[in-house]
Amino acid sequence: MTAALEITDLKKSFGKAEIIRGVNLSIAKGERHAIIGPNGAGKSTLFNLITGRFPQTSGSIKLHGHDLRGKAPFEINRMGLSRSFQITNIFPKMTVFENVRCSLLWSHGYKYSFWNMVSRSQDLTDGAMEILDQINLLQRAELPAGLLSYAEQRALEIGITIAGGADVIMLDEPTAGMSHSETDYIVELIRKVTQNKTLVMVEHDMGVVFGLADQISVLVYGEIIATGHPEEVRSNPKVQEAYLGAALEAEH
Amino acid sequence: MTDASHKTATITRAPTLSLGQVLPWVISVIFLVAMPTIFQSNSAITIMNQMMITIVFALSYNMLLGQGGMLSFGHAVYMGVGGFFCMHLMNIVEANELPIPLPVLPIFGGLFGLGLATIVGSFSTRKAGTVFAMISLGIGELIAACSVIITAFFGGEEGMPGDRTYFLPFFGIEFLQQIEVYYLIAFWTVLSTLLMYLFSRTPVGRMANAVRDNPERAEFLGYSARWVRFFSFSAAGFFAGIAGALFAINYEILTETNLSTTQSGVILLIAFLGGVGFFFGPIIGAIAFTLLQSVLSLQSEIWQLYLGALFLATVMYFPGGLAGVLMMHVPAAKFGKLGTLIVPYIKTLVPAVIAIFGLAALMELSFHVRHASAGDDEMTLFWTTFNSHNALPWIIASVATVGGFWLARLSAPSLKEAWHRANTPKGRPA
Repeated sequence: MTAALEITDLKKSFGKAEIIRGVNLSIAKGERHAIIGPNGAGKSTLFNLITGRFPQTSGSIKLHGHDLRGKAPFEINRMGLSRSFQITNIFPKMTVFENVRCSLLWSHGYKYSFWNMVSRSQDLTDGAMEILDQINLLQRAELPAGLLSYAEQRALEIGITIAGGADVIMLDEPTAGMSHSETDYIVELIRKVTQNKTLVMVEHDMGVVFGLADQISVLVYGEIIATGHPEEVRSNPKVQEAYLGAALEAEH
Repeated sequence: MTDASHKTATITRAPTLSLGQVLPWVISVIFLVAMPTIFQSNSAITIMNQMMITIVFALSYNMLLGQGGMLSFGHAVYMGVGGFFCMHLMNIVEANELPIPLPVLPIFGGLFGLGLATIVGSFSTRKAGTVFAMISLGIGELIAACSVIITAFFGGEEGMPGDRTYFLPFFGIEFLQQIEVYYLIAFWTVLSTLLMYLFSRTPVGRMANAVRDNPERAEFLGYSARWVRFFSFSAAGFFAGIAGALFAINYEILTETNLSTTQSGVILLIAFLGGVGFFFGPIIGAIAFTLLQSVLSLQSEIWQLYLGALFLATVMYFPGGLAGVLMMHVPAAKFGKLGTLIVPYIKTLVPAVIAIFGLAALMELSFHVRHASAGDDEMTLFWTTFNSHNALPWIIASVATVGGFWLARLSAPSLKEAWHRANTPKGRPA
């Protein structure tokens, strides 16, 4: 079985600064994989490379065995990979319902159609309502998305990300800036909506990471220094030295 | 800018059309059919024709600005080129006696507009924002410059004339009368408006809004922002071409001014005045602008000054435009409290209008004193003729300005309070 995501010797430099310095990573289908690491380790850059936001300098990224080199974000999305953003990235002036419906259009095969009426398509309406139900925003459907609370916007962001039916979901710090109760809520939500899907996430909150992930990779200065089950990673001396020790101490 | 244009009426809506969806269209059609029987003079019909052409053009412009987030400084080019092509077609029909009826001409105008827009759009829609705005300005200037260089096509400074009456009679109508042209334009205005509205409800129309709000997110939903922009841009070019054809039919001449950046600027102004955030905004803008232009220009030599001031006031205080001001009242209407606003409105707006008229009178007086030929002291303002060098008109105008302003200021807080009360649901403390 080919891995959902296979990264080989990936490198990225901005000018002289080498941010990603040879990353090798294989993420199996159905796995929940967390990427952790100190600030500036290159986690977000890695995400942006995988999703085609930036071009890689060298190395390869394969999604279900297909090379992603030179592909634009919209092409990668059509191949079954969807992502959320660290900074909430929704359509603020459109209603919550519209936000979700827009994210359904491509996967429902509407493409650039200008002969279908979106409001006449029952499958779009039902699909959008189902997603809204999953992310508990049914009551908010008619509000402009920009008016939602922060946690609700994050939930909507996750809703938009999963709506297209992609089987590889990448979440960039889904709980950033949230209170404890909001974090618990989002973690439950992520668990619910990513069932039977491959999840790749960057997260700072160790509680979230150890609660959600089956596999953890530790990224330090553009290199992965350890990959494994949460317990393995936790006890890895290299990891403790580089990063986790300090974070775990702070946790307890 | 709030955007309620894509607020779906109901989410679990019935598959059939509801009365609320159809009613505005039916009313508009009845209105358009009835207008010439109310205003029968030729000049009124001329103004209405111009209004309808401007409506089509403004709606087409708003497909870019309001729906797609593309600020264009060169949209007149698509209307103009569509119109010039139609002018040539008119002359070809006349020369060869081709059996084509006049009412189909706008289809050709639209196709020519579409053709030009697909060529320009293929490179200009790569980015929105400043890049797009600058390219649109450049192309606009380029084609406007061509109009004096390629005189065979654009007719040089005299423009390109034609005659609409050589077309195949359409059910016996030869379009000799202004009123016949009115109904032709009305038909195309309704059809174009309907098509543009329906376009905004299609997947690509919805994604145009998404790309406007957040192009990057749209890309991560599987849509290329560039292609979405390209489709909106091409469609806008098509409807601009229709407007150009209607212009050609109505005026039977196109000149270089049809292509100028001034025209492109005016349509931006109209769309903004009406409100770019709403589908019907540009319609209001086109009606208001054409009325102001035709009425004010008859009354005053400095009418453009008033128009500029109105535009400034809109941008600064009502960024949602006239449509935005109208839609502001929807919550109050839903609470059934719209009536409570009438008296406070009268109390504030009547003095405000008096102040504005006073200020306008002062400007007219100054203009007359400065620019009228020596010895010509007589001027007519608000249907009264008087000597502009007397002190009395100056005093009256000043008192009206200051007094009106003072009274409006005085009653403004109570209007604000009434507004607040009207927007609070019943039974809840204000």
